[in-house]
Amino acid sequence: MSASTENKYLIGIYEDEDVLLHAVEHVRHSGVKIHEVFTPFPIHGMEDALGFKRSRISKAAFMFGLTGFICAQSMIFYMLNHDWPMIIGGKSTLPYPDFIPVSFEATVLFAAFGMVGTFLVVSNLLPGKKPQIFDIRSTDDKFVVAVNISENSKSVDEITALLKHEGATEVYEKLV
Amino acid sequence: MQVTSHVREPLVTGGKTYHDVTEDVCRQVEGAPSTLWKFCFGFSLIIFGVGCFSLFKTWTVGLGVWGLNKTVGWAWDITNFVWWVGIGHAGTLISAVLLLFRQKWRTSINRAAEAMTIFAVFCAGSFILMHMGRTWLANWALPLPNTYGSLWVNFNSPLVWDVFAISTYLSVSMVFWYIGLIPDLATIRDRAKEGSISKMMYGAFSLGWVGSSKDWSRYETVSLVLAGLSTPLVLSVHTIVSMDFATSVIPGWHTTIFPPYFVAGAIFSGFAMVLTLMLITRKVYNLQDYITIAHVESMNKIITLTGSIVGVAYITEFFIAYYSGVEYESYCFYNRMTGPYWWAYWSMMTCNVISPQLFWFKSVRTNLTATFILSIIVNIGMWFERFVIIVSSLHRDYLPSSWRDFYPTIYDIGDYIFSFGLFFVCFFLFAKFLPVVNMAEVKSVLKSSSERKVKHNN
Repeated sequence: MSASTENKYLIGIYEDEDVLLHAVEHVRHSGVKIHEVFTPFPIHGMEDALGFKRSRISKAAFMFGLTGFICAQSMIFYMLNHDWPMIIGGKSTLPYPDFIPVSFEATVLFAAFGMVGTFLVVSNLLPGKKPQIFDIRSTDDKFVVAVNISENSKSVDEITALLKHEGATEVYEKLV
Repeated sequence: MQVTSHVREPLVTGGKTYHDVTEDVCRQVEGAPSTLWKFCFGFSLIIFGVGCFSLFKTWTVGLGVWGLNKTVGWAWDITNFVWWVGIGHAGTLISAVLLLFRQKWRTSINRAAEAMTIFAVFCAGSFILMHMGRTWLANWALPLPNTYGSLWVNFNSPLVWDVFAISTYLSVSMVFWYIGLIPDLATIRDRAKEGSISKMMYGAFSLGWVGSSKDWSRYETVSLVLAGLSTPLVLSVHTIVSMDFATSVIPGWHTTIFPPYFVAGAIFSGFAMVLTLMLITRKVYNLQDYITIAHVESMNKIITLTGSIVGVAYITEFFIAYYSGVEYESYCFYNRMTGPYWWAYWSMMTCNVISPQLFWFKSVRTNLTATFILSIIVNIGMWFERFVIIVSSLHRDYLPSSWRDFYPTIYDIGDYIFSFGLFFVCFFLFAKFLPVVNMAEVKSVLKSSSERKVKHNN
């Protein structure tokens, strides 16, 4: 969502993580589309309650790790055996066990940096990015449910009543 | 839904709410620096300055200023390197291994412990650069062709493995730490006044984080995978450090138990350093409700475990030296105990093997003064361990005509002081400008394992 187009949202504030989790499940069940939920800490089960697919970021990490492993193996092979075969202490120029430490470190390095880079890019977390804040208390102690009014067929009053019924302590409209 | 036994001690005491956590942790970041902080930071700067002078001399004059000689080619430099790198291991252990084991008590100590890791690895790295003598040629350790011709680094050498291990460890630890910081930086950003410098700085570094569930879901996956990567990484780092010794044919070094023995020693000294720092931090920042006696006790249990592993390793090493019948090996251990460095050996044995056994008594491991004193003793012991391994193995060469003793010069001491200055300057800056407790993670365990919950259920 670009920052220039503003939408009207209905913001529901919750005080408790378990109340929130049940509220999200029930609200979705009654056919209201929830835009996002903002919480001060990760809540287990929230992605299932919201119907998000499991993040594929660990697969990306595996692929980056594999790239690192292959890069390290080819690098050592090229340097130690191909470009300038080095005989050290009368040992083979292809001492495979000696490849392990550097290959392992390169695997970890590529996997960690690749995965974190992917995470920042897909989550659109960039230095100096202006945060799109729905309710400023969501990084402190409040659990915030945002419902995009234009995406829902139900009326504002109906959704407000539903959010309140599910335990919201505060519901208000906001342009974000 | 999580179910936690009520018999368990609460992780957070004092009936804290989510907002209390934010307030308690942000207070020191947002307030003006205290006089105590200014004094401590000023003192660290002085130490750092003195150390920089010593380092300047080491660089401009050369390694001749150290007490090294032809026989003892490694002494304080590598002792300090291994000591600092070992200290660093606790941070990764707390944040990665305890995360994989789902130990919730890690949440209030992981941030500071990870910061300690990073600064300790800075110090360790500085000794690696220093001991090269001509630090400006450090690029020779990288896989670049020699003088940009055609000869490459030797991948058979553990010293080259170390270059990869330490640099990977440092950079991955920094990434892990920073990812954990993002949500907390966003909290500080949202509390800062509009248009203030802190709004701008914390805003820039929090990367626009708002805590949406999609981001949290990815964040959790990233943390878990990073923990999974860091766990073997931290074990590999000290394993490779131990191979710097174990692969050379020097009596006292050439042993196969070095990797597990070094890793246990690293965790042992690292937890001791975490305790030293955390006991002061919790007192100064009034974090007694977050870093409770139960946390201190858990860390002391790990110290007892790893200290005992280290003790068993010392005895095994000694027994094998005798039982192998190799006279060089036997002499090396006999000389460690009774030779010119007997005092270092017995300091090591007392500090590392005997002192942590006091933690078997509950009254000792729950006593803060005793823990503080023992944590320092453990780190003194672990410094002596590396000194004993390095100097006492080297100073008796195969040729008695080249037997030489090592005595530190003022520059050996000065460069060690430099590392303390560097460490504490970094640590005090961290303690002032960044949240010392991971707010988001503490909030996530608040409901299931705080005193509030326990009271509520009764």
